[in-house]
Amino acid sequence: MSEDVYVVGIDMIKFGRFPERSVPNLAAESALLALDDAGLKIQDIQALWSGNLGQAGAMVGQRMLQEIGQTGIPVVNVANACATGATAFRDAWMSVKAGVYDLVMAVGAEQMGKGLLGGGGGGKGIPKEGLLGSGLMPAVFAEAGHEHSAKYGTTFEQFAKVSVKNHHHSTLNPKAMYQKETPLEMVMGSEMIAYPNTKLMCSVNVDGSAAAVIASEKKAKELGLMDRAVRIKASALASDPWQERDLVMPDVNTCTRIAVKSAYEQAGCGPDDIDLVELHDCFATAEILHYENLGLCGDGEAGKMIDEGATALGGKTPVNVSGGLLSKGHPLGATGIANIYEVSTHLRGEAGKRQVEGARMGMTHVIGLGSACAIHILEKV
Amino acid sequence: MAEEAQPLPVVSYLKLPENGDPYLEGQKCGSCGSIFLGEREVCSKCGTRGSFDAVKLSNQGKLYVYSIVHRSFPGIEVPYVSAIVDLDGGGTVKGNLIGIDPDPEKIQFGMPVEVVYQDALGRKDREGNSYISYFFQPANG
Ligand SMILES: [Zn+2]
Repeated sequence: MSEDVYVVGIDMIKFGRFPERSVPNLAAESALLALDDAGLKIQDIQALWSGNLGQAGAMVGQRMLQEIGQTGIPVVNVANACATGATAFRDAWMSVKAGVYDLVMAVGAEQMGKGLLGGGGGGKGIPKEGLLGSGLMPAVFAEAGHEHSAKYGTTFEQFAKVSVKNHHHSTLNPKAMYQKETPLEMVMGSEMIAYPNTKLMCSVNVDGSAAAVIASEKKAKELGLMDRAVRIKASALASDPWQERDLVMPDVNTCTRIAVKSAYEQAGCGPDDIDLVELHDCFATAEILHYENLGLCGDGEAGKMIDEGATALGGKTPVNVSGGLLSKGHPLGATGIANIYEVSTHLRGEAGKRQVEGARMGMTHVIGLGSACAIHILEKV
Repeated sequence: MAEEAQPLPVVSYLKLPENGDPYLEGQKCGSCGSIFLGEREVCSKCGTRGSFDAVKLSNQGKLYVYSIVHRSFPGIEVPYVSAIVDLDGGGTVKGNLIGIDPDPEKIQFGMPVEVVYQDALGRKDREGNSYISYFFQPANG
């Protein structure tokens, strides 16, 4: 087995709405922050993986280097739905793990419009949205949540509690889009988008970026960066295997279960060893499913888990202490690296008011429909 | 005078026979028995090539899951119930559930539904063709 690989610099910008800026410009800001975090220069970086979805054909990585330093290094532009940022990170990790490079960067950036995602369809004939059901994301994830309701009786109120929790967490995170408490009545009473997902149970479309500098153990030691380094214990990626209802119902569960199994095996640990999780709460319904998919509780126990506060800050396994996609925001290509930033910050003991005390190991999870699931397990050095 | 154009099927797997009732058609893999919607060459479950038989899908099924959509694109009437239905004998399809209040109190997981065929909510394509679509409605005994 090759030597361990580390995050030696990582940061994100505060998520928000920056319509006057460009995607490469957003990427550049977090790339510089991550370099500063490691005390390095762009000239030190040997290769770059750049994640972005909205302008996947527009060479965002190279255009970012045109803003911060054109050093002639290899650049790979990555697109993998909502797993885009995590996939860029994973590919950068793989290059170091393989011994091709020993100091590389992964960056993720996105600029989002407001409004509904999905349901485009297009093609010949007539529009199918609202005729053959709904392809809009809030409805797709409502149906995924309802699969859990049908099996285990999970209620609208239990789904809504996820949003109450994550919005509460975001009040402690200055880099989240929102810092606003949303009591249960407010979540359940906000505009119904696609039952059981209300507006406050849908992730926020924001602009943002995040970046990480990744190094081999030898390089990290040579640079004197081991003090704040975070060990990448596992990096797993899965696509969706065949499922009976595939043609009409994206399956977000099975590929998460495949990826997490691989991640636990790589890390040589289990769910009980994980001190915090940043998972893909694109909708409140989704978070409930992933408690079970990631093994944080047994099948059918996720409703109880949210009821008992086990996933709130201070609970058994705090989930989305950053505020999650629901309140921190979800700039698609940046989300995966922002999750890794959050977990790394806790492992470094630098998370301030939202610090998970004594955090030694954490997990990040993203899933993009289509589907791609990326999971990382990170460990305090 | 031009002959009045016949309505077209909303998707390729909705069949409108000249003599007979409309139905949904599945493509069944001869090797593993998986049912797909629309013609294809290779089975994505088992990888077998060119071994599909067209099968008539049932008009009876059970509601698997649903969502009640209250906000959609401009011009699309809300609310509507997006439903995923497991058809008796195989095949899962997605469509609008009609003939029921869009109210979670009224909609039950597993409830029996039937497939009905109607005009596609008045939607026409650029050439002015009208379409026949399929819908689900509660099957009340
Ligand atoms: Zn087959």
